Amino acid sequence: MDLQYTAEEHAFREEVQQFFAEQWDDEMKSMLENRRGTDGMKPGMIEWQKRLYNKGWMAPGWPVEHGGVDWSPTQHHIFNSERARVGAPERIPFGVTMVAPVIYSYGTEEQKSKFLPRILASEDWWCQGYSEPGSGSDLASLQCKAELDGEDYVINGSKIWTTYAQYADWIFCLVRTDNSGRKQEGITFMLIDMNSPGVTVRPIATIDGFHHLNEVFFEDVRVPVANRIGEEGKGWTYAKSLLVHERLSIAEVADSQGMLAKIRDLARREINGGKPLLEDARFAQRLSDVEIELMALEFTELRVLADAAKGVQPGPESSLLKLQGTEIQQTLQELLMDVSGYYSQTLQGDLSDEEFGNDYADLARKLYFRGRASTIYGGSNEVQKNITAKYVLGLAS
Amino acid sequence: MNFDLTEEQTMIQDSLERFVNEHYTLDQRNAVISLRDGFSPAHWQRFAELGWLSIPFAEDNGGFGGGPVDNMVIMREIGKGLVAEPFLPTVLLFGGLLEAGGRQELQQTYLPQIIAGELQGAFAYLEKQSRYEMTDVVTQARQDGDNWVIDGEKIVVLNGGAAQKLVVLARTSGDQSDEKGLTLFLVDADASGVQRKAYRMTDGRDVANITFSNVVAEAVVGEVDQGAEVMNPVVDSARLAVCAEALGAMESLNAQTLEYLKTRKQFDVTIGSFQALQHRAVDMFSATENVRSLLYRAVCTAAAGHEDATRSLLALKVMVGRAGRLVGGESIQMHGGMGMTDELSVGFYVKRLMIINLLFGDADYHQQQFIEVANAEQSELTLADTEAA
Repeated sequence: MDLQYTAEEHAFREEVQQFFAEQWDDEMKSMLENRRGTDGMKPGMIEWQKRLYNKGWMAPGWPVEHGGVDWSPTQHHIFNSERARVGAPERIPFGVTMVAPVIYSYGTEEQKSKFLPRILASEDWWCQGYSEPGSGSDLASLQCKAELDGEDYVINGSKIWTTYAQYADWIFCLVRTDNSGRKQEGITFMLIDMNSPGVTVRPIATIDGFHHLNEVFFEDVRVPVANRIGEEGKGWTYAKSLLVHERLSIAEVADSQGMLAKIRDLARREINGGKPLLEDARFAQRLSDVEIELMALEFTELRVLADAAKGVQPGPESSLLKLQGTEIQQTLQELLMDVSGYYSQTLQGDLSDEEFGNDYADLARKLYFRGRASTIYGGSNEVQKNITAKYVLGLAS
Repeated sequence: MNFDLTEEQTMIQDSLERFVNEHYTLDQRNAVISLRDGFSPAHWQRFAELGWLSIPFAEDNGGFGGGPVDNMVIMREIGKGLVAEPFLPTVLLFGGLLEAGGRQELQQTYLPQIIAGELQGAFAYLEKQSRYEMTDVVTQARQDGDNWVIDGEKIVVLNGGAAQKLVVLARTSGDQSDEKGLTLFLVDADASGVQRKAYRMTDGRDVANITFSNVVAEAVVGEVDQGAEVMNPVVDSARLAVCAEALGAMESLNAQTLEYLKTRKQFDVTIGSFQALQHRAVDMFSATENVRSLLYRAVCTAAAGHEDATRSLLALKVMVGRAGRLVGGESIQMHGGMGMTDELSVGFYVKRLMIINLLFGDADYHQQQFIEVANAEQSELTLADTEAA
């Protein structure tokens, strides 16, 4: 057992640090800071992803033949830690980490050559069409219908909680092609052009004040059979393999470390009763509780990475990463909001930071409310516990 | 970066596991605990024959030259099997202090005896007023010609009844809680003026309260007034070791509880099919994995002399206290009435975890230390650096 980086890994870290020093520049920061998750973020995110693409680092997790890099799990960890350290954003996942693995694993040659290069170069923006108004945690009950008509499927129904559908060029969907058997059978994985006639997007106002969620309606939308992934009725299997990727990516350890460091700095700055909030025993206890949990999670993630390095695929135990990662994120968001006191529940609007009296509370409140979603999406944490109980602990359902 | 054991470490692990399977059923353990000193001298001889007692000591001292990972491997199996033999007090504490601070002739005399299983030792550090602050020491040692003479009382001395030799922490200068001014002394447990009252802890292990009246010490261990320099790293590795023991105990509780959930039937189904219990079982599993992760972190950083070693060890000891209580409590709860009985080993594991929480300071004590270390670090992050995408 040891933690030593090899000489190559040290050299790699220097290369990563140099990349961020050069590319995460003032222009990028002004395009993205305090704007992520708001309507102004799309151009900044595309510009940032193009910079990653130019370096060859847009899709390090992909197979090399499709434009990936042969990074070891440790290299992924190094990259992500350095990214979070400078405060640069994670890539928008829907294209590069969510649909792409399904396309290169189960898609046709035409699908691969049509979609993968455009995802790499951030020419297409993707969104995910899974949940429906009647199908949340019980995803397999979905009813958005696809009926074969000549060379096309005809789609009718709706998808909900569709993040960034307002920006999207394409949506990957689970649709129902058969209602006769088990509900997991009869689901088909479909790629749909958002510009198709009959697709409409309705924004959903959310408690955080950002516009990220939408409902997407399909009314007699014609989708060529060529846009179906793999076999009809096998969509559930393809999607399940994708869920593992999603769960791994939402532990967000490095980002939480950055958040924690910032909370500590702010708590040193905020004065209550003549002394820094950081010296308040209750606050210090709460902060240290979550810091200790985060230190544990960091090593749980390293353990999963070390397994991956040996060729052991991340299995259902990766659902612990999601469970703990999201709970830690929420605790940190709560602490950040608490640090800002009254300011967290007052709306800054057009007031300058100086007029308002605070320069971080507006963001703190939005992050808090937005962060409530993290224990709901990607399979709610209660569902994660069910999965862990069944597949890891072997308890019968 | 890797979390794999070497071939040798795997062999040590396997041999301990075999020993536990053969000698540590609940009935066998009860028989061991009921012996005079709360452990089996025959088992201790077996430990020596199998080479386990040599593992932490340097090769120059006749040892195996093991490090934090090797200690972790041994202590985790000891925890899994609820093994009662005094590896912690005799080998890691007493032997560790002699190796860290003893003069060469002391080491050459006593370390081979420990390794051969012929010498039982103990570290007498706690006092009635000291609670978790190891530097709060009023036991005095004064110089008398060439001798050092000790007066005072020590409590809850692990293995204090069986020990033939003691390392005693005494004050030679400074105020009651000063770290400077402490000195470690080697004392014969049967020396004139030593009085021992042996008793048991809740897990059946033997401890003693020991009074010293004009006791002449055999030797100074380390430098006079600088005892903390010898003691602190040895106690830190003992902290790490008991946390590994706790992981083993928690793993065993998890396994037993899952087995029970899968076999016990109520309402015509196994109780493990109930979601309320499934989620509790996941919480237990999750708490145990947190301990494993922090243990790997603390062991790896300690082995590498990494700057994060202290913070990691403090975090681990906090987590062991809290997670240990959660896992223990859930195990009793999910075993229902059976969890309340001495007919299953569940309660014995729970008691061991409670003692481990207290050893060298409980979770609250370590969390306060953690807060001081963590909040002393100045971060360079600026406001604009944090965003959740």
